[in-house]
Amino acid sequence: MPRPLQMNSSRRRFLIGAGALAATATIPNALFAYTGASSRLVVVILRGALDGLAAVPPYGDPDYASLHRELAIAAPGGPDGALALNNIFGLHPSLRFLHERFGAGELVVFDAVASPYRDRSHFDGQNVLENGLTKPIGTADGWLNRALAALPRGGGRPGDRAVAISQNVPLILRGEAPVISKSPQTTPDVDEDLLTRLADLYSKDDWFSARLSEAVQTEKMVDGTADSNAMSKEAAQAAYPNRIGAVARMASELMRSDGGPEIAVIEASGWDTHANQGGSKGILATRLAGLDQGLKSLADGLGPLWPHTAVLVVTEFGRTAAVNGTRGTDHGTGGCAFLMGGAVRGGQVIADWPGLKRTALLDNRDLKPTLDLRSVFKAVLDEHMHVDANTLAKRVFPDSSGARPLQGLIRA
Amino acid sequence: MQAEIAVLRFGLGARPGDLAAAAQEPRAWLLSQVRGPVPLAVNSLLAPSDQIYAGLLAARDERQKIKQASTAESPDAKVAFNAVREAYQPHYRAQVLARAQSAALTNRPFAERLVHFWSNHFAVSADKGVVFGLAGTLENEAIRPHVAGRFVDLLTAVEQHPAMIAFLDNQYSVGADSVAARSASRFRGAQSGQPKRQFGINENLAREILELHTLGVNGGYSQTDVTSFAQIITGWSIGGGKGRLADGVPGRFHFRDNLHEPGPKVFLGKTYTEQGQRQGEAVLADLARRPETANFIATKLVRHFIADDPPPAAVDRVARAFLKSGGDLPQVYAALVESPESWGAEARKFKTPEDFVFSTLRALNVSPAQPEEVIRTFDLLGQRQYTPGSPAGWPDTSKSWDGSDALMHRVLWASRVGAKYESGVEPTDLAAATLGGYARPETLTALRRASSSGQAVALLLMSPEFQRR
Repeated sequence: MPRPLQMNSSRRRFLIGAGALAATATIPNALFAYTGASSRLVVVILRGALDGLAAVPPYGDPDYASLHRELAIAAPGGPDGALALNNIFGLHPSLRFLHERFGAGELVVFDAVASPYRDRSHFDGQNVLENGLTKPIGTADGWLNRALAALPRGGGRPGDRAVAISQNVPLILRGEAPVISKSPQTTPDVDEDLLTRLADLYSKDDWFSARLSEAVQTEKMVDGTADSNAMSKEAAQAAYPNRIGAVARMASELMRSDGGPEIAVIEASGWDTHANQGGSKGILATRLAGLDQGLKSLADGLGPLWPHTAVLVVTEFGRTAAVNGTRGTDHGTGGCAFLMGGAVRGGQVIADWPGLKRTALLDNRDLKPTLDLRSVFKAVLDEHMHVDANTLAKRVFPDSSGARPLQGLIRA
Repeated sequence: MQAEIAVLRFGLGARPGDLAAAAQEPRAWLLSQVRGPVPLAVNSLLAPSDQIYAGLLAARDERQKIKQASTAESPDAKVAFNAVREAYQPHYRAQVLARAQSAALTNRPFAERLVHFWSNHFAVSADKGVVFGLAGTLENEAIRPHVAGRFVDLLTAVEQHPAMIAFLDNQYSVGADSVAARSASRFRGAQSGQPKRQFGINENLAREILELHTLGVNGGYSQTDVTSFAQIITGWSIGGGKGRLADGVPGRFHFRDNLHEPGPKVFLGKTYTEQGQRQGEAVLADLARRPETANFIATKLVRHFIADDPPPAAVDRVARAFLKSGGDLPQVYAALVESPESWGAEARKFKTPEDFVFSTLRALNVSPAQPEEVIRTFDLLGQRQYTPGSPAGWPDTSKSWDGSDALMHRVLWASRVGAKYESGVEPTDLAAATLGGYARPETLTALRRASSSGQAVALLLMSPEFQRR
């Protein structure tokens, strides 16, 4: 509890706003649920490899426009221009909320960043992103689960501390420490009697027993929060599979519930833009706008928790610096990442920019990474979640001595 | 337990009578199913891919006209967008229904499971617009004819199917030195000031053929090989299109010589001198013979049928059969079925939603009548048909399906299925016909004590022994 004074003031702010919130049918129980200032972490995994050169256009790089051609985002100022971050980098025009948070000092943008993985398979790349090792195989658990096991003890029951917002748990959260999963689709009206009988039927099967009790616990948590009917209707209407808005709302509702999780993982797919990627408009622009809206829903939904929150947005790798033959980009290496939230010391772009000259590219094609994503992960787990440095170096990210944690990403 | 293992682990779950049919000669019961093509087990009037694709082209033209006549934000633009979706939707629905009916009713459930296995190995995803109406046609047109044939024929049929070419963007991949690229650069030379279109390759299909369809990610190829293979298959396209791309039969595989990068190319250390389309086919033929491919396919088969951590002895046996037979799939399947590891009594595979739904249909001896039932069911259970979202297909390990929320969705669906249960068959008899020796005494007791036959059915479907295979 590093900041008791600020905690009180944000709580008071929430109480003042509570009438208005209740009127829009938001989570009355959360009024009593918000009891501590312990840190919250949301990890958003963008599966399929987001084009960092589109999301964070380096408009000030002299080679950018000629390489990224019709996919390039123009310099700030024009009608479809980038949203300026500084005199080299901007944000894609779809990322309006992120840009606003940058201005408010709540967003750090990382560029020329990558996991230790250097080949170009999505699936191996995602494994490395999530297992926290330097290679795609070697462990069946994820770095966030290992970090979870090492969190300083706080309130809440074990197993309620981290949630995957999906039916199943992605690799990043798999492991020894118990976690729950909850998709935005509700499961209404499961008969209590049936559940009791199933619990009995599972009594000799540890695996089924554990899953069922987690599921029942999670249902209770959800019952204690939102207007489930409104929720399910909305989730049903949300476009499949790009339903990040519904997923983000589910995350924020669970995190605000009584004894709710401190950590949530969200996934969004559809970033593998090999053809007709588009520039300031088009396929990727639409996806980015969806992501931006989803992150706004998350921030809005977290409300009073926002000052204690860090949201990490990552992808498995970047894409080729040059456009390919079908107005898209192929699998690359260096890309971008975001860290956003009320707890984040934002307003900075962190990039040791290698440039886009042919000779500066990796294998003559990709943005060369100059920052290891694990340096970001470690910094967030250390400064924000207070996982001790020794555990981080040894257990959470083995073989990561070359990736020293960044400093000063989180507000003191 | 041999009959149970044959029917539950290798098949799609027991229909009434299946366990008895397999009891005499479980291995022979399995292997007799994998001879010849494996058509759908139901007579469904499914449109072929070329017809569906032609419908898409027409809808796109229509959309273009509406778009030109209206502003981007107008309601008409939305109508136009929906026009394309509507051209595809009936086909998707019909394919999904036929697939579920076939799984429910087939007398060759091992062969049908293998169709599903290969369909997932060569995954396309219907959430990509152009694939939406075509996904099922890949399974029905490229996989079903070759599932019990030679791997090289299966591979070639898949990579030349329009659904795969469209899904992995090879359609307009252009060689930098192709006729089309050269004439365009001459044209540009004459008219400076024209916006330049970059001609070049798209390496998506080439990479995924190597990584996901043949050698596997550790199969010993480099980025140079990926690029070279992408050059080799430039021109592998789909007939029909706009302007200069209008040639070829719309919706059929069409080799566009003018997009093809000419000349010999080096791939995995070998120089390929074949011309045109033959060059890529020669590479596929070589890929289908490589030990890395044999090992990759064997690992996936053993993982699918035996255990998430595939026993190395079984992988080895299946891989050797693959190599020795030159990829003759019935011999590969025979090696799998004859592996002692296949017959361990412990059911080590947690069912995917697909397994769960299909085995439920068979257990209850019902077949869905409406596509909505199937679509809603798979949406609820998190495995929308033909929509793995990625070219790697659906994951095939328990950890990817065993979330607590996923379990709750299964409970919900099982209770709904139970509530609709009208058969007069006693749930304990149903358990015996469905699970045979796998039915545990405590499950049978729970079924007898259930408050209704519907609840008993839900308990049966959610019992650990029904959830595993």
